[in-house]
Amino acid sequence: MENYVIEMLNIRKEFPGIVANDNITLQVKKGEIHALLGENGAGKSTLMNVLFGLYQPEKGEIRVDGKKVEINDPNVANRLGIGMVHQHFMLIDTFTVAQNIVLGSEPKKGLKIDMKKAVREVQELSDRYGLQVDATAKISDISVGMQQRVEILKTLYRGANVVILDEPTAVLTPQEIKELIVILRTLIKEGKSIILITHKLKEIMEVCDRCTVIRKGQGIGTVDVSETNPNELASLMVGREIRFSTEKIPAEPKETILSIQGLTVQDSRHVDMVKELDLDIRAGEIVGIAGVDGNGQTELIEAITGLRKKSAGKVTLKNQDITNMPVRAITESGVGHIPQDRHKLGLVLDYSIGENIVLQTYYQKPYSTGGFLSFKRIFDKAKALIAEYDVRTPSHLSKARTLSGGNQQKAIIGREIDRNPDLLIAAQPTRGLDVGAIEFIHKRLIEQRDQGKAVLLVSFELDEILNVSDRIAVMFDGKIIATVNPKETNEQELGLLMAGSKLEKEGAQN
Amino acid sequence: MFSSTKFNFIIPIISVILGLVAGAIIMLIFGYNPVLGYQALWNGVFDSPFFMSETVNRITPYILTGLAIAFAFRTGLFNIGAEGQVLVGWVAAVWVGTAIDAPAFIHLPLALLAAAAAGAFWAFIPGILKAKLGVHEVIVSIMMNYIALHITNYLIRSVLTDNQETTEPVKQTASLTNDFLIGLTGSRLHLGFIVALLMVLIMWVILERTKLGYELKAVGYNQHASNYAGMKVERNIVISMLISGLFAGLAGAMQGLGSFGNAFTNTAFSNLGFDGIAVALLGGNNPFGVVLSASLFGFLKVGSLNMSTAGVPNEIIEIVIALIILFVASGFIIRWALLQLKKGEKK
Repeated sequence: MENYVIEMLNIRKEFPGIVANDNITLQVKKGEIHALLGENGAGKSTLMNVLFGLYQPEKGEIRVDGKKVEINDPNVANRLGIGMVHQHFMLIDTFTVAQNIVLGSEPKKGLKIDMKKAVREVQELSDRYGLQVDATAKISDISVGMQQRVEILKTLYRGANVVILDEPTAVLTPQEIKELIVILRTLIKEGKSIILITHKLKEIMEVCDRCTVIRKGQGIGTVDVSETNPNELASLMVGREIRFSTEKIPAEPKETILSIQGLTVQDSRHVDMVKELDLDIRAGEIVGIAGVDGNGQTELIEAITGLRKKSAGKVTLKNQDITNMPVRAITESGVGHIPQDRHKLGLVLDYSIGENIVLQTYYQKPYSTGGFLSFKRIFDKAKALIAEYDVRTPSHLSKARTLSGGNQQKAIIGREIDRNPDLLIAAQPTRGLDVGAIEFIHKRLIEQRDQGKAVLLVSFELDEILNVSDRIAVMFDGKIIATVNPKETNEQELGLLMAGSKLEKEGAQN
Repeated sequence: MFSSTKFNFIIPIISVILGLVAGAIIMLIFGYNPVLGYQALWNGVFDSPFFMSETVNRITPYILTGLAIAFAFRTGLFNIGAEGQVLVGWVAAVWVGTAIDAPAFIHLPLALLAAAAAGAFWAFIPGILKAKLGVHEVIVSIMMNYIALHITNYLIRSVLTDNQETTEPVKQTASLTNDFLIGLTGSRLHLGFIVALLMVLIMWVILERTKLGYELKAVGYNQHASNYAGMKVERNIVISMLISGLFAGLAGAMQGLGSFGNAFTNTAFSNLGFDGIAVALLGGNNPFGVVLSASLFGFLKVGSLNMSTAGVPNEIIEIVIALIILFVASGFIIRWALLQLKKGEKK
């Protein structure tokens, strides 16, 4: 018999009206990195919450080191050596690293907390696993990547043998991802086992030993990563063939839709984030803005859409000056906006998905007549868009909060495209989504282009920029420093441009 | 599993039961007979049409202040200034009710309108300060309560009367009282409850059926998304406060044009506004829930006056009310207990 450290056998978990996990089996060997792969909403998080004791399964059994156990709260999971790093960190910003880590199991000296000992222990642990965390630093002062390591340390401090990481790379920069992978390998060497919840195939291929796939709550199977390839994993996950590079016909740009001249925008600290920027986007083309986060992309979009004041410059849409128009007038003049932060801007999470579908149009006929809303018409529209954009939700009355990220995003995209805007702005439209949803969204963007719309795509993912755009504008320090053709460039060149080097042959070589 | 709407309903009911049980235990501990005590409470309301009518009079302003608080809550605001808005509404109604001569179909609506406008104006100030300068509405509206207390006292002493503590009664054309109702019950039962129930419907319609309600709730839930959707966030905050203050101002009119028929100086707050917070909380911030919880409050307050006949001090009811609120506020404990029970059944 194999030496499994964790076994979840035939797990079934139901929620009202939905079976989140149906007969899923997950067996993790000692000392392996085991990927749990599935689309958004497939039931990965539910399964892990069952393992971590947050949910009780209706059926099935859990074994740790071969012994049957009942995990009815996270403390039990901790005692059994199971630790979890959530996607959204659970740290106290004003505490130091060491304070956060020992919280709840503080070393004591009499009645007082022995902070010296805590710092020493945390530092030792960090050094042992090569985490390079400063135990005395405040959480608010360290980067997201460091915060994640603190979360990992927290599980180790509590004696975890099995560490569950929920979408750990979603919040990290490419450099931080590389470092994380090194850390994961060190953990394995020290005899720990890791469960990696993810939908990024690249990472699975790179670090994982085996991979369990679930689809729509069903266990599909477990494969050895060395014996598979991304295409197979993708089709296992989605249940059909996935094309990675989106097919598209060559762009046929026509008249200029959006024209930006000399635009300067300040952030809330009154620092110029966009500096005298010029950019034209024509009908029937997708312009991708490549750049490292924080080079003014957010401010640029907020300025175009009227969410942020412009300190100088001019923005015209179809030859109409929209520079100083309020948000709604800009929206009505033909701008669709898929915002970067869908929770903060894109949705009212406590409204139903149906109510969110009309967030931009609720005040117009036929939804509103004489100040009264027709919920029949609103929900008819919602049902139609939910079907058309394949938004998976129990009902149009479900709160937007309860939907998975991919389905929330599909609802937003449906809402924005359905208004038939001349300019569609998509900011990080596929962040945190699985390949199925990404393919869907890319198709929709290209479809809009083919219908003669202008599309502005902002993304930090080079793959996406290279794949979808017809023209790439590289943004650095608030300016467009180069415009390149995606067919004539590559990741290396873009990477250098994004770091601020000029487009010169020798520059690209270095 | 319970759905959250079921919880919204179950928790207040369980809280009321627990509050009454705890009250009984307290009575037992101090050597009173809880059965006799609660019997007296019940009889205090239902034994005579007079006290039943008094109870309705008591319930009416509770409904309105409950609506004021609930409306603000539903739109993301905490209008703790209902107390002051009641006072200015009260005096405004009495002012119009005493100073003007007009036929009833003009005079009464005008007096009600004055009260609503005064309450709305009093809420407008914290609203505009929040919208424009980001000052927290709780701080401003608490201070507005004190300003209202002293300004209304000044108005009564120096403007409405000549150094008196009590104004003239409002003219019959502005009064909510009605000879038929008075003849029927011998009490001062007035038509205010119709106004209150009308406002319940209005609040429900605004919040659930109108474009305005959609915007106000959206702003309350998520200002960023509302801004993205092109809503005028600042304006909506002010409108929410105006509507909330309007309800509270009308609560004042119920007293000034109905139950008391005049205005008088106060050394302390009436507590109608503060009790409104409890009413809204117990009513789950739902307009119809507010009617139920206001009714319970009115019943307990009026009935408690009769408890001394059973030898039980009526302060016990204040304790019961406080406990009910405590139980509602700690609803998550009840929720947890219910889920545990449910789990136990399964095993």
